[in-house]
Amino acid sequence: MSQHEISLTVNGAAVKKQVEARTLLVHFIREELQLTGTHIGCDTTSCGACTVVLNGKPTKSCTVFAVQANGATLETIENLAASGKLHPVQEGFWEKHGLQCGFCTPGMIMTAKSLLEKNKNPSELEIREGISGNICRCTGYNKIVEAIQYAAAKLQETR
Amino acid sequence: MIPAQFDYHAPRSLDEAIALLRQHEGAKVLAGGQSLIPAMRFRLAQPEVLVDINGITQLDYIKQQSGYLAIGALTREVALEESKIVAQSYPLLLDTAKVVADPLVRQRATVGGNLAHADPANDHPATMLAYGASVVARGPGGERVIGIDQFFTGLFESALAPNEILTEIRIPTPGLGSSGAYVKIERKVGDYAVSGVAVQLTLAGGVCQSIRIGLTNVNPTPLRAFDAEKRLTGQALSEDALEAAGKLAAAECSPSADLRGSEEYKRDITRVVLKRAVRLAQSRVKGTN
Repeated sequence: MSQHEISLTVNGAAVKKQVEARTLLVHFIREELQLTGTHIGCDTTSCGACTVVLNGKPTKSCTVFAVQANGATLETIENLAASGKLHPVQEGFWEKHGLQCGFCTPGMIMTAKSLLEKNKNPSELEIREGISGNICRCTGYNKIVEAIQYAAAKLQETR
Repeated sequence: MIPAQFDYHAPRSLDEAIALLRQHEGAKVLAGGQSLIPAMRFRLAQPEVLVDINGITQLDYIKQQSGYLAIGALTREVALEESKIVAQSYPLLLDTAKVVADPLVRQRATVGGNLAHADPANDHPATMLAYGASVVARGPGGERVIGIDQFFTGLFESALAPNEILTEIRIPTPGLGSSGAYVKIERKVGDYAVSGVAVQLTLAGGVCQSIRIGLTNVNPTPLRAFDAEKRLTGQALSEDALEAAGKLAAAECSPSADLRGSEEYKRDITRVVLKRAVRLAQSRVKGTN
């Protein structure tokens, strides 16, 4: 059925592709763009492993069609250390051991980055609420919260 | 999982969208998509045509009008959470917006979609029942206003015609002595309610002048707890009156057993949640909370 040409900006670069209407954004990202840092965890809009930043908003990319991203600005986890230097949120996860298996990490980091852009100095409760759409089955979340607190402090320093 | 095939249209105006719905029988409106897309992935929904209204940005607004709050159907949940007007004058609405799904879903999910989907497990239906809200629908024949009490006609069924689009929600502005609350019991963030109770009440001299109560996910349709409302109207809100009203609500709903609990449990939790919601609404009238 319907095929569409979409143009969007992905991690700063212009992309033009043909997509089938039913292609989910996450499949487009992983299979068409070969950016496999964005994960698929649940297929039920529950886990947040597929979180990307779409037009400045953290978004579950399994619950948007790729065709809807026509004209959009998209940022995936691959953009964060593009220069080889870890983003402060990534550094926080590294320093505070904010991951074990790592499957939820890309989504966690994209959500945390968006949270810190909106709220530069979140309380522990605000962090926990902010990441409540992202599920982690390993850490028990404490280390993730510490990682985000680390990143918040680091971002304050460097501003 | 991959949805079935469909044709996709992204109209730029409401008229264009309505024309598309008229042209394609069985077309579905795609707003936030946070219920529709999961349903399509599981192929519980297989619309042949999707009319994506996300480009019709004039449907995205929150405006205080004379006598009511007007919410454009494309308003995202996150916009309600961040709205000053909502925080100031519509605590029941703010309570509700904060517990819809999870923070990521609320970036995209719309208030209009939450109602038009007519899922008894959604949170806004009970809240709009408690407010006595109305919705505006536009179709080929023009615009009409539908009272919320007439809106939910069955499980996932509403009074909207297939070629109509829900464009606005109108919430009567609470008067003096009036406030509300929404209390939801959920197993975890992002889950549907085990039970949820929305209350909007008006007090004068400690006596409940009027009250409307909506129930979430304990009935095949969003439900007004008429018996409980009647029991509390004209009463001082004593512990006995609340307990009696809670029991009436537990009796007048019709929950089904599932992973969230047995029928008996859901009825009893509805009794408890009703009491909590009334007490919270009451405390807000007095301005003590």
